[in-house]
Amino acid sequence: MSHLRRPAPRELQPISFAFSPENMEKAKKIIAKYPEGRQQSAVMPLLDLAQRQTEGNWVPTVAMDYIADMLEMPAIRVYEVATFYTMYNLAPVGKNFIQVCTTTPCWLRGSADVVKTCKQELGIDIGETTEDGKFTLIEVECLGACVNAPMMQVNDDFYEDLNADTTKSILEALKKGEKPKAGPQIGRKGCEPIEGPKVLKAFCGCGAADQSADASEGEA
Amino acid sequence: MPKLTVDGIEVEVEAGATVLQACEEAGKEIPRFCYHERLSIAGNCRMCLVEMERAPKPVASCAMPAADGMVIKTDSDLVKKARTGVMEFLLINHPLDCPICDQGGECDLQDQAMAYGCGSSRYAEKKRAVKDKELGPIVKTIMTRCIHCTRCVRFSEEVAGVGTMGAVYRGEDTEVGPYIEASINSELSGNLIDLCPVGALTSKPYAFTARPWELKKTDSIDVMDAVGSNIRVDSRGSEVLRVLPRTNDDVNEEWISDKTRYAIDGLKRQRLDRPYVRVNGKLQAVSWDEAFAAIKAKVSGLDGKKIAAIAGDTVDCESMTALKDLMGKLGSPNLDCRQDGSKIGGPRASYIFNSTISGIDEADACLIVGANIRAEAPIINSRLRKRWRSTTGDFKVGIIGESWDTTFKHDYLGAGAETLSAVLDGKSEFAKVLEAAEKPMIIIGMGALNRDDRDAVLATARAIADKFGMVTGEWNGFNVLHTAASRVGGLDLGFVPGEGGLATNDILDAAAKGDVEVVYLLGADEIDMSKLDKAFVVYQGAMGDAGAQAADVILPGAAYTEKNGTYVNTEGRAQQGWRAVFPVGEAKEDWAIVRALSGALGQVLPYDSLDAVRSRMVELSPVFASLNAVTKAEWADFGKAGDMKPEGFATPVRNFYMTDPISRASVTMAKCTEAFVKDAAAEKVA
Repeated sequence: MSHLRRPAPRELQPISFAFSPENMEKAKKIIAKYPEGRQQSAVMPLLDLAQRQTEGNWVPTVAMDYIADMLEMPAIRVYEVATFYTMYNLAPVGKNFIQVCTTTPCWLRGSADVVKTCKQELGIDIGETTEDGKFTLIEVECLGACVNAPMMQVNDDFYEDLNADTTKSILEALKKGEKPKAGPQIGRKGCEPIEGPKVLKAFCGCGAADQSADASEGEA
Repeated sequence: MPKLTVDGIEVEVEAGATVLQACEEAGKEIPRFCYHERLSIAGNCRMCLVEMERAPKPVASCAMPAADGMVIKTDSDLVKKARTGVMEFLLINHPLDCPICDQGGECDLQDQAMAYGCGSSRYAEKKRAVKDKELGPIVKTIMTRCIHCTRCVRFSEEVAGVGTMGAVYRGEDTEVGPYIEASINSELSGNLIDLCPVGALTSKPYAFTARPWELKKTDSIDVMDAVGSNIRVDSRGSEVLRVLPRTNDDVNEEWISDKTRYAIDGLKRQRLDRPYVRVNGKLQAVSWDEAFAAIKAKVSGLDGKKIAAIAGDTVDCESMTALKDLMGKLGSPNLDCRQDGSKIGGPRASYIFNSTISGIDEADACLIVGANIRAEAPIINSRLRKRWRSTTGDFKVGIIGESWDTTFKHDYLGAGAETLSAVLDGKSEFAKVLEAAEKPMIIIGMGALNRDDRDAVLATARAIADKFGMVTGEWNGFNVLHTAASRVGGLDLGFVPGEGGLATNDILDAAAKGDVEVVYLLGADEIDMSKLDKAFVVYQGAMGDAGAQAADVILPGAAYTEKNGTYVNTEGRAQQGWRAVFPVGEAKEDWAIVRALSGALGQVLPYDSLDAVRSRMVELSPVFASLNAVTKAEWADFGKAGDMKPEGFATPVRNFYMTDPISRASVTMAKCTEAFVKDAAAEKVA
């Protein structure tokens, strides 16, 4: 199991945690979504908020305690949630947190190349962070974008339809501090067939010419 | 009430019962790990699978509500196969280190593997190992053995009220534990060991001590607090090795406190194993006859008024009866069973827990006055928490006295008498709660009753009980919480000052002045011994504590595990415990010592057997005729209106882990004190 799924050593754990004023506002809004007496349900969005606020994109133990206090629940119940969901990092990660999917569909479509490129370009192995703290690379199970396999997630963005070259160019852009365009990297818009849309063309903005053909097909 | 068929037997169960309960009703044994009657249902071990007609696959009976017309099979081939499969999965990561496991012989997994194990494993891969957790001085962990039943998680959350344990991580990485290093800061943590169906949580003090089949099991009653928890004392030879709870739904359910469970190692230290007489300031070992002779030399010819007796907190009723009768024969009215100086007594309703402990389940509001229940009676605290958690309507609790760490939501009202008066006058917000409640109760602790103004406090509490309808025909919510196992028994027997007699504090003062020349301490250690310098002190007891140090003659008695004794708990429930082992050395059962002494003094007591003493007890109080039951006490007038002191009520138990000579001598309790009690050094003095 990745070290990110274990609590960071004591020397990395901050001494205190509190939401910033903006996040506090957001937290209050989140909590207000749940009925009276069910505020504990806000634990997941609040953990996410805490993770986004924390330098290193992770949830320190004090932040979990803070949320437990805020929602009036035992701290262990927050620990249980934070350790269960892999989206919560329990130890600091690099500025660009790269999660490459290696589950079967991505693997069949060449995720091994993507992983290999990442390792080469970043000079780190899976589960490691670059020395400058810019990149952390991990391998993950299915992220639900199989139609656009292979894919990887960098922070909140999915980069899909990858191959060694596109992976490389994305990493290079990230290294320069740029933010490459997220989504499919082969000109696809979403998850339509690679050769272009086959149905419902009228609604995907693929040209009026095809529309009549579709309509006549429908009539027939 | 759903009717269903289990293996062809038709059973009717209560609405809301589970299929598992229905199977038990039909006399079928269902194997289980995660299911426990007193905890919420988890349904995660899958061992209780049964076949249900029209269900596509076996169902977990513990989590399936029983419904009308269900047809359940518990002994079909499918069931057997399913359970065998579950067992195989459970054993995949289980280390099978039974020969070095303390749970061996009383392990659910071991037992059920005998029935459902497939004999060999098809799992050739490496087993996983889990790091052990440090949970403090009581619970030892070998987490690799854990099968993730989460009983400990549910117990600590639901019963103990401390959210320490949890199931962290996920899938095959799941671990049960506190995530961060944390001891289980609960007085009930020992129960985790009983609950654990495997050897993951075992007893640290008892580690590698004995196998269960080597032990003699004796039913007994706990004396560490006034709850009278039903216990089983396990012994081997002359040694008491461990204490386990016995189920009694009216008293302790299935739980006991850590002090009850672990103070017994104190029984091996500082024991009085033979009589001593002080000669030239030094205690010298003597024979029983010499010890009696020394007492006779002092007592004979002495005016009875110059003799006094004080009974301690853990004394059995038999010995108090004998001593009371002996004092009567010697013509002394000076006897007291309230060594803390609280002058409670009088009508029985004024000194017992009238609503009974199980009555808490029915109450809907509770005012706690001067009692840190978590330290004074953890079992009652767990009952309050159970009531607070239950779904049968709100349970509001108000606390007057020291603020303490409750395990339920409460309103802290104030520190002392002023707040109590405010509740009575209706000035306090809580008065409205009590008024609205149908079955309100008040629990008044020794912190409010061991003061000089106790009569006024008692009168105010009684007035509150009357005003808010706490006492109706059926319901009596006026409760006194005692801290001593012997107190109610002593009061029932009338081990209190007779006509013109002195109470504890007066005895001590008189002894300091020289007006009382002989003081007989029956296991009384928690008194100001410095006042006894002038007096001739006879100490009878099992432990070499403060009393023995001040004694001129020591008569070695038996500890509670070493005698057949009757104890009356705070509810007024008389219960009997049996002797597990024989007293150490030359020590004897306590009532027999007093009987022998009476002979030596020429004042022979009229009983020669335990039965005869017990008949005498019934003469003194009918309570002893109906064992294990609570006789309703007549509501009466008590207390005396007067001024109450402004000081806050201070709880008498500063350190839960050390309250009597046995727990003070216990190594485990010392470790717990160090681990859990803040300012341990300062509190030890108090």
